[in-house]
Amino acid sequence: MRKEDSSELEISLLLEAFYHKYGYDFRQYSRAHIRRRIMSRMGLTGISDVALIQSKVLNDQTFAYELLQDLSITVTEMFRDQEFYKSVRKNVIPVLKTYPFIKIWHAGCATGQEAYSVAIILKEEGLYDRTTIYATDFNQQALDRAKEGIFSNAMMEEYALNYQLSGGIASFSDYFTFNYDRGIINQSLKKNIVWANHNLVTDSVFAEMNMIICRNVLIYFDINLQNKVQKLLYESLIPGGILGLGLKESLRFTDYSEKYTELDKKLRLFKKKY
Amino acid sequence: MRYEAIVIGVSSGGLKALRLIFSALPSGFATPIIVVQHIGPRSENSWIKLLNESCIIPIKEADEKEKVATGIYVAPSNYHLLIEKDRTFSLTVDERVNFARPSIDVLFESAAETYKEKLIGIILTGANNDGTKGVKRIKECGGLVIVQNPATAESSYMPASAIAAVQPDHIMELDQIGQLLIKITLSANI
Ligand SMILES: C[S@@+](CC[C@H](N)C(=O)[O-])C[C@H]1O[C@@H](n2cnc3c(N)ncnc32)[C@H](O)[C@@H]1O
Repeated sequence: MRKEDSSELEISLLLEAFYHKYGYDFRQYSRAHIRRRIMSRMGLTGISDVALIQSKVLNDQTFAYELLQDLSITVTEMFRDQEFYKSVRKNVIPVLKTYPFIKIWHAGCATGQEAYSVAIILKEEGLYDRTTIYATDFNQQALDRAKEGIFSNAMMEEYALNYQLSGGIASFSDYFTFNYDRGIINQSLKKNIVWANHNLVTDSVFAEMNMIICRNVLIYFDINLQNKVQKLLYESLIPGGILGLGLKESLRFTDYSEKYTELDKKLRLFKKKY
Repeated sequence: MRYEAIVIGVSSGGLKALRLIFSALPSGFATPIIVVQHIGPRSENSWIKLLNESCIIPIKEADEKEKVATGIYVAPSNYHLLIEKDRTFSLTVDERVNFARPSIDVLFESAAETYKEKLIGIILTGANNDGTKGVKRIKECGGLVIVQNPATAESSYMPASAIAAVQPDHIMELDQIGQLLIKITLSANI
């Protein structure tokens, strides 16, 4: 067998081990991404062999947990992709306004910035008090940070600019209280957010959502897994419900592209057909 | 065909450099070219249109899961671009690497793993050391490395850093690079 094949095989075995021991299933994630993250962990620990990583994963829970952090990329921002949020204000809010109660699901919310961004828009549009936001991720460490809603001043500067560029006209800092070098998001924006641990690959549907936002999660999945998760999202939405994806994500390779109309093609906002 | 893909990394001064190389390539140029050009996170992709005007081969942003085929692909701003073993593109929003997203190292390393000795890696003008690890990996996997002559590059740092890390197969001027690409990809076809 060629060397190349055996290193591929070792990564597959590592992912099998990880799944069977801890229940986290990375077997259908982008392999180039997984390889890169494993190599980076090997560089940091000085372990030069994937097979040794595998046995360490099986025998050392702390190490396995570190690897989980490596594989789950929690990079996020408030008002990331300003045009997306502009379009939410323009095209989605009028739809949401027609419902007496609103349920929104952020699938793969990482450290919460996206859920807080939508909370701000809902507040400004007078919809927050009749909304429940379900914000989920399979990374508990990220969820714990999300719940706190604490952001460094350096981040705050970036976010304030993003907010303005996304069409925000209020004073962004009013949504926070400041403590030394960081901002803490107001309780009035936190109160209707439910944070929950949920794995898109292995857990089941969330019922009756008016909107699902799942951005920059599916790009890490292979085509088959994308299709499987799109099924879950589709079944969790009410007819007429809205799906928001990342700017580089699409329904193109899935069985669901015909089951939505395009609310904003460029900004990846879709509406489930009745 | 000996070479299956060409990857190019370029930073400051990139548009001019890429224009010079791409305008030399004929319409039948069959080897896929994949480019990381450093651009700001808030920048539009209008530079791609500019580039399109000066070359015959179609240029587009790489889409996730798209198959690598003939033509020129560029990494979208704010995403890393990787190449899977099945010759499709992946995009990620991982942390910046060398302060850059897209990062040249990320593209080059994944391309090297996939194409092995059938890859050409090219480092052009730039003011940082992104791409240096990438060319190292390409060499380790048996690929070919071309670096723009730092002495005449708009920014010498990036090519100089690559040259300090590996022994490139060619160090040359921009207008020679296009000619070389035609020569090696054509001669392999015969
Ligand atoms: C790059 S972040 C995206 C954050 C945010 N949606 C945004 O676009 O800014 C991807 C998130 O998806 C989560 N994720 C990855 N696989 C998941 C899965 N199988 N189930 C739930 N969350 C997952 C990661 O933990 C990470 O927090």
